[in-house]
Formats: sequence, C-alpha cells, structure tokens
Amino acid sequence: QLSPFRFTAKRRLSTSHSSVDSKEMKKFQLLAHKWWDEEGEFSALHSMNDIRVPFIRDSLLSMSSNYHLGNPLAGVKILDVGCGGGLLSEPLGRLGASVTGIDPLEDNIRTADQHKSFDPVLAKRIQYKSSSLEEIVEESMETFDVIVASEVVEHVADLEMFIKCCSQVLKPEGSLFITTINKTQLSYVLGIVVAEKIIGIVPEGTHEWEKFVPPEELERLLGANGFSVKTVNGMLYNPLSGSWSWMESTSINYAVHAVKSGAQAQSSPTDTLSEMEGEQPSATTSTA
Amino acid sequence: TSVVMAVVCCRGLLSPFCGRLRVGPRAPLRSVAAASPPLYDVVVSGGGMVGSAMAAVLGHDIHFHGKKIALLEAGPRREHDHLPESYSNRVSSISPGSATLLSSFGAWDHVCSLRLKPFRRMQVWDACSEAMIVFEKDDLDDMGYIVENDVIMSALTKQLDAVADRVEVFYGSRAVGYTWPLPSHSCDTSPWVHIELADGRRLQTKLLIGADGHNSVVRKEAEIKNIENRYDQSAVVATLHLSEATDNNVAWQRFLPTGPIALLPLSDTASSLVWSTSHEHASELLSMDEESFVDSINSAFWSNVNHSDFIDAAGAMFRSAISLLKPSGTAVRQLPPSVAKVHPQSRAMFPLGMGHATEYVQHRLALIGDAAHRVHPLAGQGVNLGFGDIACLAHHLSAAAFNGSDLGSLKHLLKFETERQRHNVSLIAATDVLKRLYSTRLAPLVLLRTWGLQATNALPPVKVRI
Repeated sequence: QLSPFRFTAKRRLSTSHSSVDSKEMKKFQLLAHKWWDEEGEFSALHSMNDIRVPFIRDSLLSMSSNYHLGNPLAGVKILDVGCGGGLLSEPLGRLGASVTGIDPLEDNIRTADQHKSFDPVLAKRIQYKSSSLEEIVEESMETFDVIVASEVVEHVADLEMFIKCCSQVLKPEGSLFITTINKTQLSYVLGIVVAEKIIGIVPEGTHEWEKFVPPEELERLLGANGFSVKTVNGMLYNPLSGSWSWMESTSINYAVHAVKSGAQAQSSPTDTLSEMEGEQPSATTSTA
Repeated sequence: TSVVMAVVCCRGLLSPFCGRLRVGPRAPLRSVAAASPPLYDVVVSGGGMVGSAMAAVLGHDIHFHGKKIALLEAGPRREHDHLPESYSNRVSSISPGSATLLSSFGAWDHVCSLRLKPFRRMQVWDACSEAMIVFEKDDLDDMGYIVENDVIMSALTKQLDAVADRVEVFYGSRAVGYTWPLPSHSCDTSPWVHIELADGRRLQTKLLIGADGHNSVVRKEAEIKNIENRYDQSAVVATLHLSEATDNNVAWQRFLPTGPIALLPLSDTASSLVWSTSHEHASELLSMDEESFVDSINSAFWSNVNHSDFIDAAGAMFRSAISLLKPSGTAVRQLPPSVAKVHPQSRAMFPLGMGHATEYVQHRLALIGDAAHRVHPLAGQGVNLGFGDIACLAHHLSAAAFNGSDLGSLKHLLKFETERQRHNVSLIAATDVLKRLYSTRLAPLVLLRTWGLQATNALPPVKVRI
C-alpha cells in the first residue's frame, strides 16, 4: 500500500530544495484518518486550539482597527502550513478568515476536505491543497496576510529555507505565527519520554529531539530573513486536565508571533537609515 | 400526557416514511447531496420561558452575529400586545440574578413597563410551631420579583422579534424525531443532529438545546436517564384579592403538614396563591365554593390548630436560648394579610414532582430548564434555575464562538454541565429534603425542623447562602 506514496515522495524529493522530510511524512500517513477524534491520538492538538486560536486572533485584532462583529478575522487571508486534517484551519475559517491549508500528505488533505464539506460556510472559506510550501511560492508571491505554522517547524528538513519561503508568500507587514518545541533536556524528558513513551499523549516516534528548535535559533533565523519578532510565549500542557496554558518559560513548548518588515525588505539592522529615507526605487529585488 | 399522546400518534403515522430514523436513535444518515435540510448553528427545542430566553440571549450575543439560530415551539404564536386587566394565575418568583440576565438583552425593561411586584422580605414559618425564618437583604434592596409568566413571555417575544434576522422562530412546529451523529464521525455520515418536525420538514443543527420541559422528548430520545419522583402533591394556584390594601412587599410561606402554602404579592391589593397539597385536597379546593376556598386559605395561614404544647414550649425555650447568645437572632413576626375573595375562574391545579437528568449534555446536545431538572415550588426556584442554566451555557457558547470552536463540541458543553450540576444538585436535594421534612406532624421531626429553622434564622452566614 505504500507504493503510491513512495512514488509521490520520490517526485517531491526530486525538487531538491524541499523543506519536506519524507521520513516525517511516513509517520503521519498512518494516522491520517484519526485527526478528528477529539479524544484520540491528536487530542492534545485539539485542545491546543484553546490557546493558539485566541493567540492568533488577538494578535491580529490588536493590529487592525476594524472589527466585524461575529467574524473577527473577516477579510484576512491565511495560509496554514502543515495543516494536517484541518484542526486549526477550521476555527480560523469560522472566525471569518479565508484559509488555504497545505500539507504534503494527500491523505491528510483528503481527510481535511471531507471534514469541512458538511459545513457550507467552511467549505467556501477554506481551500486545501496537497503541496509543500515551496511548490506554492511561485504562484503565491505576497498573497497572504498571515501564515500559520503550528507544530510544523520541528518536522521540516531545512528551517531557514522554510522561513524564506514564508517571507516570499507573505504580504509586507504580514504576520507569521509559529508554535513548536524547544530543544532542551526538559523537552526531551517531557516532550518525548513522557509524552510519547509513558503517557502516550503523542503518538510514539512523532518527534525527534534533534529537530527541535530553540527559540533563540528561531528568532535569529527570523531576524535574518526580514522578520521582526513581536511575541514569544511559553506553553505548557497539563496531561491530567488535557489542557494547555501559557507560561513564562519557553523550555518546552512555545509560540512566536513575527511580522514581515514593510515595503523595504531590509534584513540587517544597520540598514535602518535606508528605511527611514522613505520610498526609494529599491535596487534590491526580493530573494528568489 | 396529551403531548406524549400526540407525539406517539405522529410517530405511528410517519413510521413508513421514517423507517431509517427508527433504527435506534443513533443510526447514521448518509449525506444526501440534493435538497439537504437547512443547517442551523443552534436549534432550541421548546419555546417556553427558558427556551425563548435561551434563543434570545444567543440572538443578542455579539459573537453570534452571522450565526443561524432556530427556536421550535409546538404551540401557536401568542400576541401579547395588551395585557389583560386581571392577573394571570401562573406567576414566577424572579431572583435578582434572573432579572440581571433578562436585562442583559433588553427583556427586563419590557417586564418593568408591563407589570411586576418587587418584594423585600420573605417570611417562612411552620404550622406546627412558632418557628419562623425571615429573609431580607440588609440594604433593603429587592429580594426578588413576582412576575406573571405571560408578562415574561411577552417581553421575550418582543426581544426575539428584535433579532428576527438571526433567530428564526417556528411556531406550531412540534419535533417528532431526532437523529444523533456518531461522535467521531467517519467518512460519509452527516456530523449534524437531524430534527424531523411533525409536518415532515427537516432541520439540521450543530447544537441542539433541549428546553422542552420536564417531560422532555429531547432527553428521552437521547436516552439520558432521568431520576424522577412524582410527589403525591398538586399545586393549587389562584389570584386572590386582599381584605385591605397594604404595602404587600412580603412573600409568605407557611409549612402545613399537607404541604406549604404561599402567598406571593402581585399588587397592593392582590396576591397569587401557590398551595401545594395532596391531590385529593387540591381537587376539593378547586371544587368548593369561593367563600369556603377563601376561608381555607385564611385558616391555613392563621390557625394554630397544629401546635402542640410540647413543641411550643420546646420552641420557646430554644428561642430564649438563642436570644441570650445572639440578641438579634429572633426577628419580628409580621402578620400575613388576610384574603377577602378569590378572582373568579382563577383557580387551577397541576401535579408536582421532582426530576434530575443524570447528564445535561452529550455530543451536540445540551438540556436546560425543566428538561434537565424539576423542583418543588416551595423554594420558588424553578424558573430561576433555568435562567441560571441559560447564563452559564450562553457564557460558554459565546466564548466557544469567539474561539472559532465547533459549537456542538463536548469540551465546553461539559464545562457547562459541571458548573450547573454542582449548583443545581445541592439545591434540588435540599428542596426535596425540606419537602419531606415538612410533610409530617411527628414531634421529633417537628422539633428538629423547629430548632433548625430557628437556628438558621439566627445565623446570618447560613441565611445568606440560601
């Protein structure tokens, strides 16, 4: 049964600059139909919505001045990278946003498409595509107001390229939201040993500690690629109550809100002078 | 009972057409591509005070703009344009908390502009002793309001009309069948609740709220176990005219061995009667002539025939003991007004019982009001518990809507259930205990409750909690 998968994986790998890791994809293949069981393998992701949706919503609301009653995210175009079964795309869609959800795994997209199909409002607001981020860069330059990459960057092969691609498809001053896991002893003990092997709230083998991303590293990469980091918040999962909460320390899970700099996409901080000089015909084209 | 008959008849007629629905209440429905029934975000089944208020609260909620809500009511739409001069015999005691809820969406203003009677004090005493407890707020604020149910319905209808673009009210629409979705739905089954109406129309909804009374069809169809107990009592209601005009801002209740009799103020010259007593006595009261009826009421409030010397002495002794320890612990006993006549044709009776659903919620389902819990009127709490349910559920649904959550998700529904069961169970149990405790003449129990009442009257912390 894996052969059609292997074929498509090969196709993907042939585009050499890919942020998709085929080993990672295999892990999720087996769980594709379990996304929407709120008490099942993905229950922690379901309950994560209780903090990540308000985080995204409130950050965006605080930056904009108009508010549509009942549809706080109306008019906002969001790209949900690594959308899986659509767990985060759907709440964002319900809040009024136009969401494009992409995931390299076709089975995930199929599950997501099917789940949204019963709700006519969501069916219209959300579009799913089986694709990697690189594949949509060409046709989606600067089209999105917001990119959401939740529980994704710890699975990508090349993080810097991933961030560069995000920058390309984001409009100037667009927002990037990332949630991921820190690379610390604590995150190894809690995030892998306890979460996967002992309590089993995360399917075993989901995460590899080597690929966890410390917030300093993430902030450095973001800053170096045209983003200004606005917020970094630690997150804590309570396995007894099954709920997430915010915490000071980023030693396990954390969330980041970064904003792509304005029309003059200058990355180095010493370039503030040219920024202040206002609109010059900029010699620098955006990096391909 | 006639409601149940009607439902059973309807089912019988429709069974050839809805055979699919009858394959157990959880048969999955294939999603039909053509002519899919309209999909609502919330459907409230039952358009009484609690159901209508629930729909109105959601309709006025800022996070529900753009959502589709439906209210199903089996009865016809009643025009409440003008209030009849005479009072209706069905009234409710509205707590300040309920008044706050009603004012949150503009209904309380309508109630005030129609008519209501605030009361400042509540005197509760025993027929078998001198023991008495008085409730009043220190700051002389209103303790509660006596409002006719028709007045509340009129205010609610007005506020529903105000949000008609969001809340669709289906009058004359009895729901005869519900089909529940499987919790974690598989490929091609509809994830929504399907509702079939008596006239064959169908609706789908993401969340069904059952507010269809103590014989809730929603609850039965969901196979939620209900703990119930039919009391051997009926309540007799009537509108009474007092002998003389008075401030009438006190609610009176006396515990007779046969059951509590209560006089709720309607105006300076009128009060509403709620007399809980045995079925036989209730029928007698209804059939006797008006003069005898009035005599029975006055006697019930004034007569000391159930006192015994022993109890009186014991009570007096306890009272002096208390006044030594806590001088202010015995309040002044006021005298209830005497009744002159009963308003013609205002006598009615209805059976009483107690009930509590073991679950208030399931996936895509929530029960509120009498569908979830039914109490004896002796505590004047019935509809207030329902309004409390509404405030809690609306709070959770509003937050869920603002989070983009699926409204039918058990996660926030369970939070509602936990909060309300915690609150309701103790009150329902206490009411039930009180009812049993006061249904006897046996000296030991009378003494217990006499002392208990006197002690409770003397202890502010306990009184405030009530």
